[in-house]
Amino acid sequence: MSSLFDYTLASARDALRARKISAVELVDAHIEAIERLDDGLNSFITRTPEQARLAAKEADAALAKGEGGPLCGLPIGLKDLFATKDVRTTAASKILDNFIPPYESTVTANLKQDGAISLGKLNLDEFAMGSTNLTSAFGGVVNPWQRRGSTAKLVPGGSSGGSAAAVAAGLVLGATGTDTGGSIRQPAAFCGIAGVKPTYGRCSRFGTIAFASSLDQAGPMARNLQDCAILLESMAGFDPKDSTSVDKPVPHYEAALGRGVKGLKVGIPKEYRIDGLPAEIAAVWDQGIAWLKEAGAEIVDMSLPHTQYGLPAYYIAALAEASSNLARYDGVRFGERVTGASLDALYEATRAAGFGEEVKRRILLGTYVLSSGYYDAYYLRAQKVRTLLQRDFLQAYEKVDVILAPTAPSGAFAWDEKPTDPVQMYLNDVFTVPASMAGVPALSVPVGLDSHGVPLGLQLIGRFFDEETLLAAGSVLEKAASFTHRPTIHAGVSA
Amino acid sequence: MSLDVKTVAKMARLARIGLSEEELQAHQKEMQGIIGWVDHLNEVDITDVPPMVGTGLAQPRLRDDKVTDGNCPEAVLSNAPEREGPFYTVPKVVE
Repeated sequence: MSSLFDYTLASARDALRARKISAVELVDAHIEAIERLDDGLNSFITRTPEQARLAAKEADAALAKGEGGPLCGLPIGLKDLFATKDVRTTAASKILDNFIPPYESTVTANLKQDGAISLGKLNLDEFAMGSTNLTSAFGGVVNPWQRRGSTAKLVPGGSSGGSAAAVAAGLVLGATGTDTGGSIRQPAAFCGIAGVKPTYGRCSRFGTIAFASSLDQAGPMARNLQDCAILLESMAGFDPKDSTSVDKPVPHYEAALGRGVKGLKVGIPKEYRIDGLPAEIAAVWDQGIAWLKEAGAEIVDMSLPHTQYGLPAYYIAALAEASSNLARYDGVRFGERVTGASLDALYEATRAAGFGEEVKRRILLGTYVLSSGYYDAYYLRAQKVRTLLQRDFLQAYEKVDVILAPTAPSGAFAWDEKPTDPVQMYLNDVFTVPASMAGVPALSVPVGLDSHGVPLGLQLIGRFFDEETLLAAGSVLEKAASFTHRPTIHAGVSA
Repeated sequence: MSLDVKTVAKMARLARIGLSEEELQAHQKEMQGIIGWVDHLNEVDITDVPPMVGTGLAQPRLRDDKVTDGNCPEAVLSNAPEREGPFYTVPKVVE
């Protein structure tokens, strides 16, 4: 190992156990990298170096005695949507500028219980609403990747853009993300890392600030799928505090990585070959098909007939739920308050000042599709289309074991290339939204670079609670692609 | 379906978001565009299709009617923007 920044989460875990490195030196190196690089990247909203150093000392003491959980001493980052006890949690919104949760989310509690050390809270789109990480009230995140011959700032994707950028730049060994319509998979693809959106109900939503409750699902983001598997095993599990949590044993995901794909039926949905699909995206998709075939998988052409309705149905469902979930930010019990002469004036002033433009737009639209006279035409219709979207997948899984598709319709674009039309912006999620609507698990792995030298990802979509098959197939893609490229801005590169 | 400024103003009122006349105009334009796009869903035949209200994976469950948490007023009030003793305060709502 030439540098502490060459470790993956898995190899660092093994080196810590073998006492080749100490948790203190590993954590210190990552804190130093954050100080060196993150003023430029802006992937963290809140850094917690003192707590991390303290935890690292305790981790070394535990490791010295042969104790410590499966993640003991490993530095990670937490998307700032997870409530962390006594550590500011903002959802990247001004309205929660000074919110200090008196409780801990179940997912982050699980990770800490297993010994992981948080280096801080990672930037995101405000309330996880966005695909660029530019809607954050704490400023946009810079993708550590740059195009060849250009220093133009690229977006890291969103909403888990801070998580993706921090992992890609080597500031943390792994991070938590949340995915409502693609918020783990799309930024993972844009930043050249791996990300898993588990089955809805696999990870508890308790203590995760809600955007669209029937879609939100936490998952791991890391430099490879082995690291994701290790994190997911810790994050997942039944939680009585979340009524949508599913009581199912958590498998040893890492063991599934080497299963291979021999005899596996891999579906290629024809509807994902959308008009205007860039040739480079089509090419990596075809390459992925060839890799899986070479590894012994059977390729099956198939159809998900309602795909084109996934995005509009998703936006209706997600915005309706968001308008309801965000009603709690009223300036009374917590959050920032702007005073007014009456209680209504206080609400209106508080919410006008506290929410950003994208959040306001989504609340207004959500209110509209739920309002009397429009409910049946929009919300109820969208819920029915959602049933059809889910049926598409359930019927597909009678014939195939896993589905292969691109993760996003492009690689990372520049900050100033962001579409100004919201509908154009929403099209970024065209390949990720259907799996979210159905509740099935999906992941993204980096498989190559586009002609500008920025990463492209492929997506695998699986059966309910069959994250293991996803990881096995993803691992085959990962090996075939042997994606070892590093971004321009990386902790292991000294200036 | 057309979405006029008056409707946007009504939604802003229902959602308790204070918006200026200018902001209402801007939101009207964007919301109109998005609603025009989602109207695409009218093409789908939804006859006899039940609405999906969740993934249906979690079993509804009952728990014992017991207090398992609480008695922590200071934690609950710790983020109050304004308080008096163990109470949140708001502008006067009853004359």
